[in-house]
Amino acid sequence: MRDRIKLLQGDEAVVEGAIAAGAKFFAGYPITPASEIAEGLAERLPIYGGKFIQMEDELASMACVIGASLSGLKSITATSGPGFSLKQENLGLGMMIEVPCVVVNVQRVGPSTGLPTSPSQGDVMQAKWGTHGDHPVIALAPSSVKETFELTITAFNFAERFRTPVILLLDEIVGHMREKVVLPNEEDIEIWNRKKPEVGPEDFNPYQETDGLVPPMPNYGEGYRYHTTGLFHDKTGFPRGTNEDAKNLMDRLMAKIESNMDIISLYEEDIRDDDEIIVLAYGSTMRSAINAISQARKAGIKAGWIKLKTIWPFPADYIKEVGKRAKAIIIPELNRGQIIKEVRENIFGNAEVHGINKYDGTLIKPEEILNMIQEVK
Amino acid sequence: MGYKIDEYLRQDKLPHIWCPGCGHGTIMGNLIRGIDKANLDPDKTVVVSGIGCSGRASGYMNFDTLHTTHGRAIAFATGIKLANPKLNVIVITGDGDGAAIGGNHLIHGARRNIDLTVVLMNNHIYGMTSGQFSPMTPTGDNATTTPYGNIDQNFDLAGLTKASGASFIARGTAYNTRQLIEIFAEGLLHTGFSFIEAISQCPVNYGRRNGLSSAVDMLKCQRDSSVNIRKWDSLSEEEKKGKFPTGVLYKEDKREYTEMYQEIIDSVQEEAK
Repeated sequence: MRDRIKLLQGDEAVVEGAIAAGAKFFAGYPITPASEIAEGLAERLPIYGGKFIQMEDELASMACVIGASLSGLKSITATSGPGFSLKQENLGLGMMIEVPCVVVNVQRVGPSTGLPTSPSQGDVMQAKWGTHGDHPVIALAPSSVKETFELTITAFNFAERFRTPVILLLDEIVGHMREKVVLPNEEDIEIWNRKKPEVGPEDFNPYQETDGLVPPMPNYGEGYRYHTTGLFHDKTGFPRGTNEDAKNLMDRLMAKIESNMDIISLYEEDIRDDDEIIVLAYGSTMRSAINAISQARKAGIKAGWIKLKTIWPFPADYIKEVGKRAKAIIIPELNRGQIIKEVRENIFGNAEVHGINKYDGTLIKPEEILNMIQEVK
Repeated sequence: MGYKIDEYLRQDKLPHIWCPGCGHGTIMGNLIRGIDKANLDPDKTVVVSGIGCSGRASGYMNFDTLHTTHGRAIAFATGIKLANPKLNVIVITGDGDGAAIGGNHLIHGARRNIDLTVVLMNNHIYGMTSGQFSPMTPTGDNATTTPYGNIDQNFDLAGLTKASGASFIARGTAYNTRQLIEIFAEGLLHTGFSFIEAISQCPVNYGRRNGLSSAVDMLKCQRDSSVNIRKWDSLSEEEKKGKFPTGVLYKEDKREYTEMYQEIIDSVQEEAK
């Protein structure tokens, strides 16, 4: 038991979570505040027979993890805002050719070099729309070190299960904060691995749905000798340049995520039947939100909270229901208002929506949220 | 000798999309002959390409094949190879893909001396986008984006990769198929970063703007300007003007990246016991 109790920072929890999930490959490029993830995996991976490589740039890092995953290894890269921008084109290829991998973004204040050592939640929309064209996105956002460990494993499981890159959005507070974590026993951790083809090479089509919308995936070198391209392709993997193929593939890529919302959409709530004011938050901001709610309740205010752990896909149906019973929804974010737009779009004006926004590198304090609760009650 | 062309080409994907007179089909055909000559296991061979005319080659070759983003093929190939060093990993790129947008990956792949075979089809132009100048378009030549002549200088790709640490460097032409097959076979069997520049011809988007509108004339130009490396050193500086050496230009036994990483794994795991 004692050796499973750790004092970890969030970045280190990503390392522990990746190892626990069965990651065997990391490629990355140094960047604050994510470098601790690279440093940790450089040390740990070879112990488990895994590989670490520091690439020449962020684009190469993203390309390299996709390549390693095609060879059959669970793969991860980690970066922060500027690097996340650089990864976007290859991230889009990963979504298009359906390669499981995990991309960690420990958010810092942008745009540009911004405030490299200060927290931000400014990349929420970039996580969804960073690469060009419509595309499916899964993005998870932990609010504590323990959740970082858990959601890193979840990110690998979603990547393998739904055959897609998964984005793990930390912020600098979660990435650098230290907390006590009790790591679970190996046998208590649920692990998903990609589905392998059940047919031989002669009957194999790399992008054919078998059961469900996620095609099975062989490793390179197993004799399937299949083709993969970022061009729109049919079930054989080859491009034909037809509009029909483009629509069919896009529809399946979106449907494989949207039809699994019950699995992918992770959130928690503490809302009592008569709560009228709801604070909805994610990441480090959640910590101040929970503290503010507990103070508000002590003062007799009917208030509750929602914690989003899955940011994308956004839980639109759930928020619609919340909007019907709440008087007001308060959304604290370390940006100029990104998730608030999704909330507004989905509640049809049924509840008031208020943002608390900071984008100067400081965090949102519980009192600031409490003040807003008192204002709107 | 007979080569297993039929087995190594995806016959149902032919004819290819390259223009009449293009050298890329010849070079791809020679690469396949080189793969056969080197006796690579086709089930353990991966071909990775980037974007542009050269990028389409992977789709015609009957191996595990990956058509990636512009310029990044070497970075994808690095992940494939390091994750499973038992695979033979071949990169097919072009002069725009490999020397311009992907130039950083070329020099860093060479620096690591990771066991990849990089075939750079050099047709001196961006062909797929209709003739913009590349880092290999000769100074003074015409391209759609050099309406007043090209003032850019070219890379010496052999010199660049040598300075970067590649352990096998060769150059061949679409004209001299016999030599090119030999070069490919030797490069594929070399352990380490092998860089092979294959001079191609683009009559449609390069030649026609530069007084060489027929593929035959361009092939004759390749013949007349290439000199086997064995004869190169005996030429005077005057005789070397306008010509380039072909063959295996540099070869060195040097520690390979994935082997060195395996040594780290072995020693770390030994210590952990």
